[in-house]
Amino acid sequence: MDEVTITEAKYVVGSEGTNTCIIVKFNGQQVVVPVNAPGNRHWDEIQRQVAAGDLTIADAD
Amino acid sequence: MSKAAELAALIGSQTALSNRNLIINGAMQVAQRGTSATVGPNGTGEGYTTLDRWDNQLNGSVVSTFSQSTEAPSGFAHSAKIEITTADTSLSAAEFWFFRTKLEGQNVQLLGKGTSGAKPLTLSFWVKSNKTGTYTAELKDNDNDRSASLAYTVNSSNTWEHKTLTYSADTTGAFDNDNAASLLIQFWLVSGSQYNSGTFSDGTFEAEVNANRVHSSQVNLGDTVGNEWYITGVQLEVGEQATPFEHRSFGDELLRCQRYFAKASGEDDNSRCLGHGSYKDSSTFRVIVRVPVVMRADPSVVEKSPGSQAYRGNHSGGNENNDGSTAATLDNTGQPVLTLNVGGFSGLSSTDNGLIKVEGSGNWLALDAEL
Repeated sequence: MDEVTITEAKYVVGSEGTNTCIIVKFNGQQVVVPVNAPGNRHWDEIQRQVAAGDLTIADAD
Repeated sequence: MSKAAELAALIGSQTALSNRNLIINGAMQVAQRGTSATVGPNGTGEGYTTLDRWDNQLNGSVVSTFSQSTEAPSGFAHSAKIEITTADTSLSAAEFWFFRTKLEGQNVQLLGKGTSGAKPLTLSFWVKSNKTGTYTAELKDNDNDRSASLAYTVNSSNTWEHKTLTYSADTTGAFDNDNAASLLIQFWLVSGSQYNSGTFSDGTFEAEVNANRVHSSQVNLGDTVGNEWYITGVQLEVGEQATPFEHRSFGDELLRCQRYFAKASGEDDNSRCLGHGSYKDSSTFRVIVRVPVVMRADPSVVEKSPGSQAYRGNHSGGNENNDGSTAATLDNTGQPVLTLNVGGFSGLSSTDNGLIKVEGSGNWLALDAEL
């Protein structure tokens, strides 16, 4: 239950030159997720999967 | 006691006369994402797809169409409808399907859960199905892994029936006082033996044991193509009495839903303004977007047609569409004003600024802070 498949995670750099969001496929749907956004379910799940070693986020272009 | 005194005593014994219903979109009025979606098999289409604040969780081969329906009992205009399109007559132990909504912890503190002053809860709703028999409605304490379930019966085929279920007060396990999901209301439609083979909790919260969550006589809604299950008028309130459904205006309900999901662009096909864009670089506008209400958490950005959703700039250098393949990304997330970067344009100059619109029939950009 609440099992989420995350693929194609990649950082995006914003105007200040830092990572501002992650483009990701969340159960197959493209979502743009803010970084450092605890409480955002996408961000929380990304953090969980990264910590578990199940997901790697690619650097921004 | 005089009638007036009786009335005063009755009122005094109840909770607030307004804002009684803890459920948002219980009348199934708001469906910002769309009005119909395919759900299943094996988790495909899980999550929020049509009606705001309501999602499906599933495992197994059953497939359905999940929609906002205009079938409704008197006094309501809409319901949620699940219609089976691929059946499974022989469920494996781990198969399940439930329809649910989630409540924030800070919005259920009034229950006093986990204290000596904990209060019972009453769930009421209208339901209709061609599949008669026993169903299960579960309250799940997501903070403490506790749950309480009660059974209800659909007695007559294709007939709206009003159900009332009262769950015992729980003096164990306080809800976190935060913006995370604490209380989940889950209507089971399909259950393998993994969830219905134990001792049914029967309305008393207990440490969650999967086998105790669903009644042993739970029907399998997914056993026949064409089976339908409708629900509306869902109300969860403090106490042991179900009061009449607390109707809210569409605008009120929409605002409540927008705390969790809000379209940032207009919906009119000819002019779906996203916001004012200023030059960021030769291919990108930085667009200011104001959220309609402060959202539950910093939101994600979701497009209706990612990968093929064009944006149009009506700017000082002319009018042009971008390439449609470039996602709008977040530049700054501080609410209530966000900034998005909308790229895929060409040859922008530093003086270019203007109106940025979402192009393409039915397309939109939305902010998602759902639980």
